[in-house]
Amino acid sequence: MSEISPHIETQNLCAYYGSTQALEDVSIIIPRNQITMIIGPSGCGKTTLLKCLNRFIELEENARVEGKVLIDGENIYSPYVEVTEVRKKSGLLAQRPYPLPMSIFDNVAYGMRIHRLRPRHEIEQAVRHYLQVAGLWEEVKDRLHAPASQLSIGQQQRLCLARGLAVQPEIILGDEPTSALDPISARHIEKRLVELKERYTIVLVSHILRQARRLADYVIFMYMGKVIEAGIAQQVLSAPQHEKTQAYISGEF
Amino acid sequence: MEKRDFLKSNIQTPESRRAKLDQRVRRAFWLFSGIPLILALLILVALWLKSQPILLTHPITKLLFGSAWKPQRGEFGFLPFISGTIWVTLVALVIAVPICVLTAIYLSEYASGRLQRLVKPLLDLLAAIPSVVYGVWGVLAIVPWVQNSIAPLLSQWSYIFPILTKTNPTGYSVLAGGIVLAVMVAPFIVAIAYEVLQTVPFGLRQASLALGATRWQTVKYAVLPKAATGIFASIILGCSRALGETMAVLMVVGNVPQIPRSIFDAAYPLPALIANNYGEMMSIPLYDAALMSASLILLIMVLGLNIFSMLALRHVLRERV
Amino acid sequence: MKWKWQYLEEKFIQFLMLISFGLILASLLAILFTILSKGLPSLTWAMVSQTPKGGFYLGKEGGILNAIIGSLYLALGGTLIALLFAFPLALLLNVYLSKTVWADWVRFSLDILWGIPSIVYGAFGFTIMIFLGWRASLLGGILTLALLEFPIMTRAMDEVIRRVPPDLSRAAYALGSTDLETAFFVVTRQILPGVATAVLLAFGRGIGDAASVLFTAGYTDRIPDSLFSPAASLPLAVFFQLGTPFPEVQQRAYSAALILTVIVLGVSLLSRWLSHFLDRYSIQ
Repeated sequence: MSEISPHIETQNLCAYYGSTQALEDVSIIIPRNQITMIIGPSGCGKTTLLKCLNRFIELEENARVEGKVLIDGENIYSPYVEVTEVRKKSGLLAQRPYPLPMSIFDNVAYGMRIHRLRPRHEIEQAVRHYLQVAGLWEEVKDRLHAPASQLSIGQQQRLCLARGLAVQPEIILGDEPTSALDPISARHIEKRLVELKERYTIVLVSHILRQARRLADYVIFMYMGKVIEAGIAQQVLSAPQHEKTQAYISGEF
Repeated sequence: MEKRDFLKSNIQTPESRRAKLDQRVRRAFWLFSGIPLILALLILVALWLKSQPILLTHPITKLLFGSAWKPQRGEFGFLPFISGTIWVTLVALVIAVPICVLTAIYLSEYASGRLQRLVKPLLDLLAAIPSVVYGVWGVLAIVPWVQNSIAPLLSQWSYIFPILTKTNPTGYSVLAGGIVLAVMVAPFIVAIAYEVLQTVPFGLRQASLALGATRWQTVKYAVLPKAATGIFASIILGCSRALGETMAVLMVVGNVPQIPRSIFDAAYPLPALIANNYGEMMSIPLYDAALMSASLILLIMVLGLNIFSMLALRHVLRERV
Repeated sequence: MKWKWQYLEEKFIQFLMLISFGLILASLLAILFTILSKGLPSLTWAMVSQTPKGGFYLGKEGGILNAIIGSLYLALGGTLIALLFAFPLALLLNVYLSKTVWADWVRFSLDILWGIPSIVYGAFGFTIMIFLGWRASLLGGILTLALLEFPIMTRAMDEVIRRVPPDLSRAAYALGSTDLETAFFVVTRQILPGVATAVLLAFGRGIGDAASVLFTAGYTDRIPDSLFSPAASLPLAVFFQLGTPFPEVQQRAYSAALILTVIVLGVSLLSRWLSHFLDRYSIQ
């Protein structure tokens, strides 16, 4: 196996909601340009870990984080880092898509506009590009200025992908991004993600083992707020070292 | 609901006395539940009937747009009172709307859950204070403030903005009424606008924040467009509250039957007209009918705004479920 | 940190928000401060224990017991009558009509009634009284206040009842209860604190309202001894005394306003405490 080049690294990361600890001493690396999947039974802290990677954890009431999250070697919790810059580095696919209350075109253009990434005349070209990357262009090219809420839920999720890519992130975070979709739309998204890993580091939370087998290059197994096992997907999924991982993979949870 | 109907069919056999009682009460209740609607119509009809004498003898345009108010001579022009009502209400809204909307946004989007829970009772408290107490506060604090501080300050600009002309040596003015009213309607507008903002799904905010938008950008582009109808409705509702407010305004607005030209002019809103002249209304012919039409005009203005905003709000607040 | 326009905008708007929020809090404090500082100095035991004596309105002896008692009579009477209609309406509205179109209409007309200004209720009440040949009286005031409080109370109860989990009534149905029995024996017990909150809310609105009792209850220096004698009220005591040219009498208006504020805020705090109670002990 080739040498892993880490893109994201957490060091002794702990997260608390009020007095309950959700993450305990999590130290992992997430390799560049691969699909990393965080798996584990529900309530194990997968989503919390994902939220720590774009500082979404700070939106929760009473949440507290200790430790470091390094992206390209820079601690995103450092007081000198602007939170909007951190979030700009990663696109988020939520469990269910939330199109912004504006047109399809404006949804994709939104991020470019608020960050002033491109001059006005280039935006149209860019919107088209990202819709193509997300595999939505052919379906919406005739109604770019219709409200985004008119799209089907699968199309909305791809729109959210295009919208996230438009701010030129390096990382794509997905919190069970296919769980609200029908199987065909879900496959559509999965296909896009596999294509995108050439250029982006992708971190997905999933509770579907089959999905992990299909997509993952690298797997992190969590249980009760701790990372039990992490490594190359094939190794972890076919020959787990730890007994809890074995139990999970054989379907005992 | 289906489950309930299914269960019902099991127990309501005709033999059961309890079921019969249930049926009887159910039928009686259909009538009983009509009370609110009947009451609302009754109020409208009663006021309309009582204002007939004046509506039949005076052309409606002259009543609504005439500015002569000389009851002894049988001249009843409501324009000074209608315009007084509108002036005071508009001034109140100009003051209250930005403050209330910003406060609602602050509470909903920025404040911690603890602060939100702390502020709600305070708003309830503000809403619970009786209007006559607001009136006393207005007389003691706002009227002198307008007279001594605001009027001298703002009237310097009167050569550019004629509505700032100081024509009135006292502080009893449209502005004083507007300020007191603004404070009175604030808890209503804030409470409803806050509730409307809370119906916007959290995921929508996250979607915008995830793109690296600041909080305000998120509010401006993602939250407010979703909540706009509801917030507008909350403002209209506040406006209709302001229109009908009587005692507090009456105490600070000066009560001079004229069409105000400046915010420092005295005004005479409709509710004040009704409240002030009820005592003597039997002594002058048609006076009682005139006051009843004043009530009718006021009621129609308020009902119009209320129905509009309630329909809008119903739609908005139902989407939450 | 890079300097960017949007951070400046963010800070600026946050500043405006804090100012707005501060203004609202400040006005609440300003009102309480004004009423306290002006009302306390002239608040004496005689104020709350005596009726007006001769020359009271020129600044002589006496108190506003007539208005305090009158207000309590008016608001208690109005609240009681409103309760007689509001409670069954709110309860059965949810049991029999729960999600029908007619229920929407009933709620809609209640909201309409809620929005009608109290001066219009006063005018309406007075019209009806003239029609019946009544004069300004305690009863007239009570009935007008009942009209004013009825929609407030009903809608407040309605909101509480709607929060009762459907599983609770389902459990009662499963035991063979009829709709009526479920409503009165099961739901009622669950919402009792909420009902009390609604009653207090309406009572507070009623006792503070001046415009509706201005013509219907009249004003008198005596404590009303029958339903057909006129009755004084606190809001009107404030209003009339403030209208006199004598500073001593105006002083009394301030302390009457203080008494009224204390009653209303007390009621409001009590209802808050009760709704806290509701949340804690009801099955969610």
